[in-house]
Amino acid sequence: MLETIARVVNADDKLVRRGRFVDTTFLIAIDDADTMIRIQEGRVTNVTPGPFITPDYAFALRASREVWEKFWQPLPPLGFTDIFALVKQKLMRVEGDIHPFMANLLYFKNVIAAPRQMKQEEAKR
Amino acid sequence: MSPRFEPITGRYVNCGLLGEPHRLYVEEAGSGIALLCLHTAGSDGRQFRGLMNDQRITKNFRVIAFDMPWHGKSSPPAGWQDREYQLTSRDYVDLIVGVADALELDRPVAMGCSIGGRIVLHLAYEKPERFRALIGLETAAFTAPYYDLSWLNRPDVHGGMVSAGVVSGLIAPTAPAAGRWETLWHYMQSGPGVFKGDLHFYMVDGDIRDRLDKIDIKRCPLFLLTGEYDYSCTAEGTLEVAKRTGASATIMKDLGHFPMSENPEKFNGYLLPVLEKIRAL
Repeated sequence: MLETIARVVNADDKLVRRGRFVDTTFLIAIDDADTMIRIQEGRVTNVTPGPFITPDYAFALRASREVWEKFWQPLPPLGFTDIFALVKQKLMRVEGDIHPFMANLLYFKNVIAAPRQMKQEEAKR
Repeated sequence: MSPRFEPITGRYVNCGLLGEPHRLYVEEAGSGIALLCLHTAGSDGRQFRGLMNDQRITKNFRVIAFDMPWHGKSSPPAGWQDREYQLTSRDYVDLIVGVADALELDRPVAMGCSIGGRIVLHLAYEKPERFRALIGLETAAFTAPYYDLSWLNRPDVHGGMVSAGVVSGLIAPTAPAAGRWETLWHYMQSGPGVFKGDLHFYMVDGDIRDRLDKIDIKRCPLFLLTGEYDYSCTAEGTLEVAKRTGASATIMKDLGHFPMSENPEKFNGYLLPVLEKIRAL
């Protein structure tokens, strides 16, 4: 699922522009499975699946597979539509140096929700 | 061809509020029962333009929205540069009553959203005699902080962008793009620290859970409307208020935390029956 993020984000010129000042690496954890995502000038330049011995990233978003799967549905169920909804219900942890995340929140919300678009495309096929 | 003016007029009113002179921006449209609209934290009265442009509402109601001090086109008080803005329950109640007095409104209906939806509970508890009825949009008795509010006002993060980013998820995913982004634009235009200052009321000082049972809706009828996608003031939070006060509550489909601006047409469909009940009081 996460390998699709690069294609979806990089194909979206408006999203790349929104993130043009972003240069960071963050981590998405689905249960215990970690993936590091490298962003440069708003483009996803690397998606590296774990496990890692000494991962180097700015911030991480951690949730169970069940939660991520609901969040990534094209129209998520109530309470699963947004990262902050999950954080409020303690279904997700956002941790680390979250400065790049907060400073580019509209950008990151779209990047992290990008797998929704893949599912939409799959549904159309 | 004549100019295509909307029926909304905007004016400034000078008044004393909270012991200081203020210059407030007020918009209105329509005639009849005064409907005083209270915008959300960190936004302004433009959120209500969908009501003011709906003849079904304005034929019987004089819809009035003021920008709170520090918000929209209302100035902060003189000396603001040396203060930290922080809204309290006490000041918010006094402010609304003060504006109603300044506008010479006799027992208006007050309708507020989010912080405005919370303060109507305080008005119901403290000042029921001053209002014909109260409408709470996205009302809950309390919302605990669920992120670190200091991110909203620091020089190395754009305050407008982070505020819009925080609230963006509260809009229904089914909202039309134009309504969504206009709602966010208002957040992007807020002054530094204003959204954070309003949230002091919303997430700290404005907790009214301990007084809910003392609200007497026979003294002032209370109506609650909450969007199903709102995870800040949740449907459960609204239904709890309804249960403990006896107020009527409706959970609105396909709407979020900003019903009047994210999807005005859909919202007005829910509001009109409430306004009809108020007319019949």
